[in-house]
Amino acid sequence: MARTLKARRQAIARPAEPLEHGAVPWLLAVALVTAGPHVGHLPWWLSLVVGGALLWRAWLWQQARRLPPRWALSMLVVATLAAIGWQFRTLFGKDSGVALLVVFMALKPLEMTSRRDAMVIVMLGYFLLLTHYLYSQSIATGGWLLGAITLLSAALIRVHGGAQPIAAIARHAGLLLAQALPFMLILYLLFPRVSGPLWGLPEDAHSGLSGLSEQMAPGSISRLTQSAAIAFRSRFVGELPEKSDLYWRGPVFDDYDGLTWRASVTTSKPPPQAPTIDGIGPPYAYTNIIEAHNQRWLLALDVATTLPADASLAPSLQALAREPLRVRSRFSFASSVDYRANVSETPETLRQALALPPEINPRSRALAAGWASRPPAEIAAAALAMFRQQDFYYTLEAPLLGANAMDEFLFETRRGFCEHYASAFVFLMRAAGVPARVVAGYQGGELNPIDGYLIVRQSDAHAWAEIWLAGQGWVRFDPTAAVAPARIEQGIAASLPAGEALPIVIRLDNDWLRQLHNRWEAANNTWNQWVLGYNPQRQREVLSRFGWRDADWRRMSASLAVLCGVALLLVAVWTLPRRRAVDPIQRAWQKYCGQLQQRGIARAEWEGPGDFAQRVARERPELGELTREAAGYYAELRYGQRGGIGQNRAAALHRLQQCITRLPPRRRSST
Amino acid sequence: MAALAAFQRRLFRPAPEQQLPIVLGQRRIFILPTRAGVVFAVVLLVMLIGAINYNLGLGHALIFLLAGLGIVAMVHTFNNLFALRLTPGRAPAVFAGDLARFPMQLENSRRQSRRALEFSFAEQAAARIDLPAEGSATVAIAYATQRRGRLDPGRITLASRYPLGLFRAWSYLYPRWSCVVYPKPLWTPLPAASAAVHADHVQGDNGQEDFAGLRPRQNSDPIRHIAWKAVARRPDDQAHLVKQFAGGAAEELWLDWSLTPTGRSAEERLSILAGWVLSADEQQARYGLKLPGRELAPGHGETHRGRCLEILALHGENPESKAPGDRQAR
Repeated sequence: MARTLKARRQAIARPAEPLEHGAVPWLLAVALVTAGPHVGHLPWWLSLVVGGALLWRAWLWQQARRLPPRWALSMLVVATLAAIGWQFRTLFGKDSGVALLVVFMALKPLEMTSRRDAMVIVMLGYFLLLTHYLYSQSIATGGWLLGAITLLSAALIRVHGGAQPIAAIARHAGLLLAQALPFMLILYLLFPRVSGPLWGLPEDAHSGLSGLSEQMAPGSISRLTQSAAIAFRSRFVGELPEKSDLYWRGPVFDDYDGLTWRASVTTSKPPPQAPTIDGIGPPYAYTNIIEAHNQRWLLALDVATTLPADASLAPSLQALAREPLRVRSRFSFASSVDYRANVSETPETLRQALALPPEINPRSRALAAGWASRPPAEIAAAALAMFRQQDFYYTLEAPLLGANAMDEFLFETRRGFCEHYASAFVFLMRAAGVPARVVAGYQGGELNPIDGYLIVRQSDAHAWAEIWLAGQGWVRFDPTAAVAPARIEQGIAASLPAGEALPIVIRLDNDWLRQLHNRWEAANNTWNQWVLGYNPQRQREVLSRFGWRDADWRRMSASLAVLCGVALLLVAVWTLPRRRAVDPIQRAWQKYCGQLQQRGIARAEWEGPGDFAQRVARERPELGELTREAAGYYAELRYGQRGGIGQNRAAALHRLQQCITRLPPRRRSST
Repeated sequence: MAALAAFQRRLFRPAPEQQLPIVLGQRRIFILPTRAGVVFAVVLLVMLIGAINYNLGLGHALIFLLAGLGIVAMVHTFNNLFALRLTPGRAPAVFAGDLARFPMQLENSRRQSRRALEFSFAEQAAARIDLPAEGSATVAIAYATQRRGRLDPGRITLASRYPLGLFRAWSYLYPRWSCVVYPKPLWTPLPAASAAVHADHVQGDNGQEDFAGLRPRQNSDPIRHIAWKAVARRPDDQAHLVKQFAGGAAEELWLDWSLTPTGRSAEERLSILAGWVLSADEQQARYGLKLPGRELAPGHGETHRGRCLEILALHGENPESKAPGDRQAR
């Protein structure tokens, strides 16, 4: 007993299975493929450490040298961790966490000796692949995913299956991947989605999202127009409105401090009244797919009359989500481009829409004071006429403005972008006693004929003005249209002088290139909707399109299990070893022996043809001769040299088969 | 506990194989995740939580692809063993302390190769083998012997983790295997030879003294009797010629239990006898064996040596005892 126990303990304490020398390059490739794409957002020194560590390990492998001692590695790890902590000021953010994973991935191969270490590297690789998607979820990243998974599987096959030709390993890994894809699709479609986040995200989780911001200063929108990034896509159910009606409403600014426009903070105890909107003319129904911009506004077409359940209309008429958009999201609206909004406005809102910082811009105030006696609509018309008739220029390259910004702009520089014109217009209106405010958003958009989506880019960012007229509510005035009508009718590329800096895609003249570009963006849109925007809501939509209304997670899980079971069955049947076709010689001999067995003499498993024929001749002389003949053919076909019966193997086989038919009929059992 | 044992017996069916070749059907193959497989599942779960938290659509795709890969790997690991045909062979006798090697002929009828098959007896080192597609191979499964006797190695575990190492499929095989383990020889000087008692026994036998001619070699002929010159003259001949001798040693050797030192234990005395058998065979002497209750007439050659060693190996054991419970203690 004691001996058995001891032996068992020894068996348990058996050292971990060592890693083959030939498997090491596969694991280094795993480290490279999973850590490599992070180089772009790692500090440069960390990339050097990672590259150096991997090269070092490759050199050790090539020279078949011993791995560095444990203490040296520990010191390296501690030093790198300290450096990461110093660089990122934390070890628990998104970027520092990724940096830690990358470092582990680079250093782990330096102490890799067993199969278990190899498994650790592969698991770490899976994790690192996931962290890629914190930074990019493009089509290219998706392609990288497939390639990387194939490589990781191949590495596992190499580790567990020993040396094989690379092509064989790759084929097997590809086969595994191909069989795994149906499961992925089923799980992807049916796995009940939960919308995140489940807990608070690190502060740097959403850095780098661009879009309109909560305030507007000179230059803020013109900076945005340098980007060709897509702000949102929109698909209309029916007709598209006129291009000049495509005003997508973003933040509304009614608080001016002389330099920057902000949304005023409402402090009134009773919440401001809900907006009242009378749509005139038919509503346009459409769906916006909005890129994450970390703000709540949904960029509905001015002005939204029907909103989705998880959105609301703010008193300042913009559609708002409950939470800032941290992921690409879909919202469906109906809007009227011709409307009367908030005909009865609260006094507080109107008071805020008249507020101006004291004393600045005296010349502008004086200009406005000259118009104050006229009716409000005429005042607005006068301001627009001024922009149109005097030598104002629409340009991205506006000069810097000083303390009396409006005075300088209106009377000296006269060069500006939409935010200059909108804020100058609103300033003049307020100075003349007309309630007015600045609205930021996007104007226009470009129809992609491939998939019918209207694409609105950051370069379509725009700012305009609204004044409140008694009996009509808030009415839009776009002073930019007065200066550069082409901006509204044809888009920004047509309205700016040719030399000004704009992203190349919005200046594409070449039809073929534009076509290609459209195709690429249509593909991206499909990808976005199916991969990035596939949230609980979209999942319900898709399932209902397959005729499955009100799918809840229980029924989804049940059908998920059933479908996975079916897929498993199919894969099992597909891969089950097939029976090898028994060769005809063997089959004929077995058939002959089977016939003999029915006649009462069975060949034993171990009996060769010659022995069997002898025994048959002894025990059943009437069958002996024929059996000897059959056994002779079989032995000759099976074991004889090719020279024996010569080329006439087919004839010999035929004669062997003939022996079966030549057997005497079975005796009737004597009943 | 009894119920559990009964269940285990039913599940693992520890009965000697009835049919040869052994074909692994689905009832005989068991499969469970390895430790790495469990870690894999935990990693996937953590990754899923991360993907939900950061709303990573592509992350979901990655996790579901990996989950699918895990499921598919399970099927592949199972198939690596499924429908494998195994035919156990005979294990040649060995000396105690050496590795007994049990040969197993494997036949793979499927179109894919089967890789990383590991055969092992309980608490013994595993033999690893890869089988080509539609091919066959023979694996020798080692068992480290410790004492003489008839070795019943017990069940074999055939296991594989191929391809991804996330699952381990295994099957238990119970071939009717046994192997004679000779006593580990102890080298001591041979006892003195005595003159042949029966003179007629010597005459005409294939002795080793006087060259009498050549005849084709049989397996039992010692290698040193091969007529290498004749072989060199006719290298194409399949059967080598051996030199035949007339007249043997006029004396014969009795390897007698009573001649071994009485102070030693019975096992050591058997070992000494084994050493004598080997020495006598080395010297090409005619020798007989005397054990209490057993006597083997003098003879020589490999067959004779084998018989002697087997008698020593099985001394004190019922030579036919092969009851299932009668296993050699390890």
